[in-house]
Amino acid sequence: MLLAIDTSAGTSVAVVDRDRGILSEVNEADTRRHAEVIGEAIREAIERSGVAIDELSGVTAGMGPGPFTGLRVGIAAAQAFAFGASRPLVRVVSHDAVAWGFYAAGHDSPLLVVTDARRREVHFSAYSGVDSVGLPIRVQGPGLCRPDELPAVVADYSRHERIDAAQVSAASAGLLAEGLFFHNRPFAGPAALYLRAPDVTVSAGPKRVS
Amino acid sequence: MTGGGTVTAGPPEPGPLVSGPLVLGIETSCDETGIGIVRGTTMLANVIASSMDEHARYGGVVPEIAARAHLEALGPALEAALAEARVTLAELDAIAVTSGPGLSGALMVGVGAAKALAVALGKPIYAINHLVGHVGADVLRDDGTDIELPTIALLVSGGHTSLLHVRDLITDVELLGETIDDAAGEAFDKVARLLGLPYPGGPQIDRVAVGGDPKAIRFPRGLSQPKDMAKHRYDFSFSGLKTAVARWVEQRQDLGEEVPVADVAASFREAVTDVLLTKAVAACLDLGVPRLLLGGGVVANARVREVAAERCLAAGIELRIPPLALCTDNGAMIAAIAARLIAAGHAPSALSFGADSTLPVTVVQA
Ligand SMILES: [Zn+2]
Repeated sequence: MLLAIDTSAGTSVAVVDRDRGILSEVNEADTRRHAEVIGEAIREAIERSGVAIDELSGVTAGMGPGPFTGLRVGIAAAQAFAFGASRPLVRVVSHDAVAWGFYAAGHDSPLLVVTDARRREVHFSAYSGVDSVGLPIRVQGPGLCRPDELPAVVADYSRHERIDAAQVSAASAGLLAEGLFFHNRPFAGPAALYLRAPDVTVSAGPKRVS
Repeated sequence: MTGGGTVTAGPPEPGPLVSGPLVLGIETSCDETGIGIVRGTTMLANVIASSMDEHARYGGVVPEIAARAHLEALGPALEAALAEARVTLAELDAIAVTSGPGLSGALMVGVGAAKALAVALGKPIYAINHLVGHVGADVLRDDGTDIELPTIALLVSGGHTSLLHVRDLITDVELLGETIDDAAGEAFDKVARLLGLPYPGGPQIDRVAVGGDPKAIRFPRGLSQPKDMAKHRYDFSFSGLKTAVARWVEQRQDLGEEVPVADVAASFREAVTDVLLTKAVAACLDLGVPRLLLGGGVVANARVREVAAERCLAAGIELRIPPLALCTDNGAMIAAIAARLIAAGHAPSALSFGADSTLPVTVVQA
């Protein structure tokens, strides 16, 4: 059983089990209140699941892509929860969770997942379908571009079913992680998927004041 | 630590008679990731991972770089602090975290982590005001003396310049004044830059000011004219000073003259120090408070400490300066305030508090 946290869009926290499926999921759509809601969301997800913290086998973090500030709240929370509960932390790409949900619902077409990256840009990932054990196969991304650039940037753009996801489900992230673990597949790396350098420029030197 | 950060660790072995609430404090309001553990007024661990090196090429703290560094440093710092304090998570009585004021994206990393840690452990959480934390650092000094109140507190760093009247550490803190533009530490960074010195500016200005004449150039003392004193008696302004130094340097350069760096640095530092201590001592005298407490990274500046000692002695004011590792941003001071709140029977914060970049100093616990 896993506690899963994803704040790459809104705030989503879930408790999932590979055999019993989704035991609880708490979602807050507001994309600007991650720090406020994260604590209550974790507490509520655990309470509603009826699972004791020491019954959890691990914690899953959605690593993005997503807007920096909110994304980090969920990753920091997942890390700290895992540390506090003395459980391993496993990481997944948030777009892969969206794809997992799409294919788990019975679809089989190529898929393009698009999420808001703010500043008039989007994050995207493309999937060709699922592998032999039902896990999504990502063939492009996660990447960053302007919305009108997608047809040119995504290979075979028009063949894809497109999902513009306003929410990333932590339950999907958790169940994806269960699948990756069960089938011995790699998890995402430890770095948050910001896909954008911090906004800074090295100035040439002090400007004159007179 | 990651990203070229540095870890400073510190305190002596705790004595056998140590008692009080065992609290872990998390501080991420600016560019230091601080995890401290205290038991009552005794510091057991003070681990600090700084992202200062990563900001050096930009000449100042870049908020997004600081926030990214917090996320990477938190885990290792937590582990290091528990090891240093030789306590287990299960033994903790509470988690404390800075909820403001500070850089919003940076604060949120600590707030998110602290809440999750508290829920995972089933422990109460205390959301603490960063500025009051700086005052609270004084309860952790190991010379056995407790903080004496009331006190005036002058808190000066790259992120804040504030003058407080503290009547009670957890229930009665008043903001007398603060900077209306740059923080004093920022002024040091900016002037260092225009003198071609690296970041952070404070130690560099100190270094080149050696042998300089602090009276060589009379730079302006912000908000010290009679008309300003009516409205801004305890407020500070350093942006005019920075511009005055730039203009003075440019004039020399335009004339093809060499810039007397030592004199400029010494005179600039004198102007900052003078205005800080003039206003702080005035507050002590006006309000009849015979005590001044210093906090914040700028306290590392030797001249600031020296002038503070002189002026306080002359005015009959007791000067208190916590150890330097507790003057800069740290988690132990945040834990210390929470320990005092717990000892006084204050309830924990609701789990729904947010990161508040402008949290007023009157809100000791959010
Ligand atoms: Zn500070």
